Amino acid sequence: MDSTVIRIRDVVVSYREDVALQGVSLEMRKGEFLGIIGPNGAGKTTLLTVINGLGRLVHGEAWVLGSRVNGTSRTALRKRIGYVAQVQKIDPRLPINVRETVMVGCYGRLGLLRRPTRAQWERVDNVLEMVGIAHLARRPIGHLSGGEYQKAAIARALVQQPEIFLLDEPTASIAPQAQREIMSLIQLIHTEYRITTLLVTHDLRQLPLICDRLLLMKEGKIWREGAPESMLAEDVLSELYNGATSAETASLCP
Amino acid sequence: MDLSIFQYQFMQNAVLAGLLGGITCAVIGVFVVTMHLSFIGVCIAHAAFAGALLGLWLGFEPLIGALLFSLAAAAIIGPMADRGELNPDTSIGIVFSLMLGLAFLFMGLMPGARSEALSLFWGSILTVTRHNLIFLAITTAVIVGLVVAFYKEIQAVLCHREVALAVGIPATFVFYGLLFSAGVTITASLQSIGGLLIYSLILNPAAAAYQLTYSLKRMLLIAVGFGVISCWAGLAISYTLDTPSGASIVITSSVIFGLATLFSPKRKVKRWRQARPAG
Repeated sequence: MDSTVIRIRDVVVSYREDVALQGVSLEMRKGEFLGIIGPNGAGKTTLLTVINGLGRLVHGEAWVLGSRVNGTSRTALRKRIGYVAQVQKIDPRLPINVRETVMVGCYGRLGLLRRPTRAQWERVDNVLEMVGIAHLARRPIGHLSGGEYQKAAIARALVQQPEIFLLDEPTASIAPQAQREIMSLIQLIHTEYRITTLLVTHDLRQLPLICDRLLLMKEGKIWREGAPESMLAEDVLSELYNGATSAETASLCP
Repeated sequence: MDLSIFQYQFMQNAVLAGLLGGITCAVIGVFVVTMHLSFIGVCIAHAAFAGALLGLWLGFEPLIGALLFSLAAAAIIGPMADRGELNPDTSIGIVFSLMLGLAFLFMGLMPGARSEALSLFWGSILTVTRHNLIFLAITTAVIVGLVVAFYKEIQAVLCHREVALAVGIPATFVFYGLLFSAGVTITASLQSIGGLLIYSLILNPAAAAYQLTYSLKRMLLIAVGFGVISCWAGLAISYTLDTPSGASIVITSSVIFGLATLFSPKRKVKRWRQARPAG
């Protein structure tokens, strides 16, 4: 049986005059954990948006969970894909609490004109417990710290019961202790549920040990890919980051 | 207090218009305030005003002109703000100035006395017709019905639009629905509140409610309460002091906003957050 869940072929994405992805091809098996690294503007986030249909292809095609990603399929696909973006700046007066925010993850699958059931609220409470923020359930979402907010975002993606998990720099702009907690949580989730996961990160020290494969992106292309041990060699990283010194790349490594 | 005034049909209509206008304007206001779309709302209000003036000038029903113009403004502004072709403030500002220019153009081209046109400026809740009331009642029923039916989608889009899109909610459709609802509400309330003042009744009750609660359901209910109180209290002030009704309603809603801000529990949170270290 074909276990490929993501198949991207020769994809080009551009934002006005800037080409964000140039002829990118990628395949992922079910349950695989893929780390994606590269300098700013390498196309890492755009690659994730191709998978959940938020990015518009100029050329090429993307097949995700057996469906070709296009205008017709993308809303249905998004219901099956959990997406965690970088920590957002949230209005502290926003009238929604953590529990309600996490429940938003269920709304896509639930469909229009249907209310969340008691079982779904219980699931939300269980997931909040699992990510360690059950005590913050009734707190307004805008009152959380960066780390707490990202845990809520991960909880929201989990209640969605995703088949693919997209994590776009989930530890950016948060405190070091919270970064470690978020990464441990991601590892725990992957070990527990074996969800096909793509993790974009800048900080190589945060790359989890369970990463099966590492994708190195540069200037909108996949520059190299392979086992994490070989991809994290000092000379490779130095070339990826345009001649960063060995001290600089060493500080990025796990 | 002499309550015999309520025996008259015009006063009963005014009270009913205050109730219905207060409810719909406040509900739309909650969308506008929560999504930080205040300027979009102002722009749609001015488009409705320009459309109504076109109707008056060309001799067709002003409300039809107001409806067409406000929906057209929503249809133009939404994609402009979304696609980021221009800075949203710039694109909305261009549509706003165009609508204002058209309003003054139609008014300038209008022959004879312009009393009816000026009444669209200031509004007159005391001269609301049965026909306007029916339109307002239908609008209120539809808006409230849609909010109840699609509450969870609306909540997701108001609070986390990008997240709503990412989890498979038709967020763009909901967003445009909210903009069109704003257009219809403004049109329905135009005659009673007036083109220049309508926007304050949308903004002030919702902005006041925003200061007082962290629950969207409660915010909707408080805003509706403030909206209706603004209309009825403004009407009473207008009757008692012989002041223009639209202006009295808007000033009342502004006073309510001032008081809500003054006693807002969220001000304490702001101070607490400023004192708290980042994490």
